[in-house]
Amino acid sequence: MLFFSFFKTLTNQTVTIELKNDIRIRGTLKSVDQYLNIKLDDIEVLDLVKYPHLSSVKNMFIRGSVVRYVMLPRSEVDVGLLEDATRRGKLRIVFLI
Amino acid sequence: MADIEDSGPSGSEPLDLVRLSLDETVFVKLRGDRELKGRLHAYDSHCNLVLGDVEETIYVVEEDENEEEIVRVRDS
Repeated sequence: MLFFSFFKTLTNQTVTIELKNDIRIRGTLKSVDQYLNIKLDDIEVLDLVKYPHLSSVKNMFIRGSVVRYVMLPRSEVDVGLLEDATRRGKLRIVFLI
Repeated sequence: MADIEDSGPSGSEPLDLVRLSLDETVFVKLRGDRELKGRLHAYDSHCNLVLGDVEETIYVVEEDENEEEIVRVRDS
């Protein structure tokens, strides 16, 4: 629940996702669900030379289980809030602002 | 016997140990010969993590002509 709420606060931000097959995709985070499945808009594949088959893809649904990393804009992350919420285990409430 | 279960500064579950590392630099070993070093900002029961100022190390084994294994370190 904690990470679900956290990602919801990041919707409409530009994020870079690295998949477990090493493909990196940058795009706008449009939505996320409880499994941390992610919908990305206006995507851009970072190593297009290596993965040309994705060059015409504009929007993407990514199953949460294939994600290795999500790289986030530092300015959009309140680390103090994250730490407090992690300690209390009540992130749900904190992020409903 | 009860004393043993109460040992440690805050609680007795495995993840309570991780909680003590919030806002500290942690070293994480991952699948696929990867390691991360960064500041821990959040985690959950699945061990999803939020890390800041991360350094990732990937160990890659390359075989040369003599079929010896070389461990290469890629920092990114």
